[in-house]
Amino acid sequence: MMRDPHLYPYWPYKNRPKIRWKNGAKLAFWVAPNIEFYELDPPKNPSRTPWARPNPDVVGYAARDYGNRVGHYRMMEAMDKHDVRGSVSLSVAMCQHHPEIIKACNERNWEFFSHGIYNTRYCYGMDEAQERAVIEDSIRTVKEATGQTIAGWLAPALTHTERTFDLIAEYGIRYTCDLFQDDQPQPISVKKGQLISMPYSLEVNDVICYNSYLMSPRHYGDVLKKQFDQLYLEGEESGTVMCIPLHAFLVGHPHRIKAFEEALQYITSHPDVWVTTAREIADYYYAHYYDTFSAWTPQPA
Amino acid sequence: MPLDDLFLQYPKRGHHMDHDLYAWSNLFERPPLQLPNGAKLAVMITIPLEFFPLNPSGKPFKAPGSMVTPYPDFRHYTTRDYGNRVGIFRLMNVLEKYGLRANIAINSALVEKYPILLDEVVKAGHEVVAHGVDMDALHYGGMDKELETKYITEALSVLRSRSGQAVKGWLSPAFSESFDTPTLVAEAGCTFICDWANDDLPYWMKTPQGNIIAMPVSQELSDRRIIIEYHQTEESFVTQVLDQFEALYEEAETYGGRVFSLTLTPYISGLPFRLQAIDTILKYISSKNDWVNPTGTEIVDLMS
Repeated sequence: MMRDPHLYPYWPYKNRPKIRWKNGAKLAFWVAPNIEFYELDPPKNPSRTPWARPNPDVVGYAARDYGNRVGHYRMMEAMDKHDVRGSVSLSVAMCQHHPEIIKACNERNWEFFSHGIYNTRYCYGMDEAQERAVIEDSIRTVKEATGQTIAGWLAPALTHTERTFDLIAEYGIRYTCDLFQDDQPQPISVKKGQLISMPYSLEVNDVICYNSYLMSPRHYGDVLKKQFDQLYLEGEESGTVMCIPLHAFLVGHPHRIKAFEEALQYITSHPDVWVTTAREIADYYYAHYYDTFSAWTPQPA
Repeated sequence: MPLDDLFLQYPKRGHHMDHDLYAWSNLFERPPLQLPNGAKLAVMITIPLEFFPLNPSGKPFKAPGSMVTPYPDFRHYTTRDYGNRVGIFRLMNVLEKYGLRANIAINSALVEKYPILLDEVVKAGHEVVAHGVDMDALHYGGMDKELETKYITEALSVLRSRSGQAVKGWLSPAFSESFDTPTLVAEAGCTFICDWANDDLPYWMKTPQGNIIAMPVSQELSDRRIIIEYHQTEESFVTQVLDQFEALYEEAETYGGRVFSLTLTPYISGLPFRLQAIDTILKYISSKNDWVNPTGTEIVDLMS
């Protein structure tokens, strides 16, 4: 086990090369609906038990299944109203179980990236061949179901191995949402190919705000607006990224949807915001800033 | 040693659920619930009445609300019992004030202990729902099937014989089920089950022993989740409940009938300082039009 993963260089949050997003935008905004499948009777990983209760954990399973029967559509309607496309963090087995949901996203020109096969299959303890199989399955499944070649990765239930980033970069995946060290993208050190970290803003993830920080829906709505205000202000100096990572089984409940929708309305009503997808942010960063930042070394003032 | 290859096998990966209990469908594409008089919402209130033994086995886990301190935990035993002695009467009074009926789910051990409690529930006009034997007699995967059958038979027979109601609804203690629970409950003559909080409308489950309605008993919108687990205030609880009501009300205009499902716990909502919040909620609902207040059995009839 490593004491320090040495994934990226240290860059103080000042005097960085200036980022300007598409059309001069100060902030690139994207929304990441997690569209997940949790199994009723998954095998038990030695490092982590999928459910709090013995299988079948009807409470845990049904709470998440709510997203697939109800929540996604309610969330999608709120996003449609404000012309926000999703960048879907996808349990790729959803392509088999619920192709109807995948079709609804695809019709809206949403992006898909991989969030593993099921959110009850953890990568802890996988050997290299097994982890490759998961990556290859993800690429193949999403390609067949949607025509898209996945550009991004968020490990299933955030379960990694030491080789995850090297492997996804080797397979041509362009960004990872697994690292939370910054509000701007950053090149990640990998053995082969190129990879950047994409700010995924775990701290404003609905599952963290609702279930870990125990926020009320209206408080969460305020948090999203304040997160935006600060990043928009700082984007004046150098462009920032704001992501709202979502789970329809939480945000898609009737008592939560309005606060989310109001935050979307607030954010998208500002002029210098690029409302986009993670893939487009990654493409833009690679085209304009990857080389600059890779060659840059911070100097003391 | 690598992970077992079992981890890369997905035998249930296909265009269906990963179990046979129900088929997937999209709420927004389903035929709407046709409510009497073209109502937009069915207001469905669920109240559990629970007996928490002082000496729980905790098997296979302790139900939420179970004992906490080393034995004998009189503190939590009596705190929960307060709901059965005082809290439920406060809640039934405020329901009566606004002319509302609830589905009241009762552990059969509580009926044996306090038969007069069931009598009062029945007299007040609420629908009695079976809630297993007690809060330590949990249904769970891997339990003995004979024992589970015994629990279900006991729970239903005690309630049916004393309440004078047919008792067709089932709510498992702690919403916990084994793989067999829906089948056994259907076999025992129940027409609806309240454990699956995966929808905003009732829907059909199919079991080898016949079909059964999954009733959308809310767990997110409950005093337990919002006040106890999320530590939010009574004022915030009221706001969230009313926001839920408004969102569903608005949605029903486009998509048709919805169930507004609210779960209240006597030892939580029945405390003196919380009653005003419950009164505020019910008063607000009363001020609105276009809703009905069917019990579980009446909702099943609407679906049939």
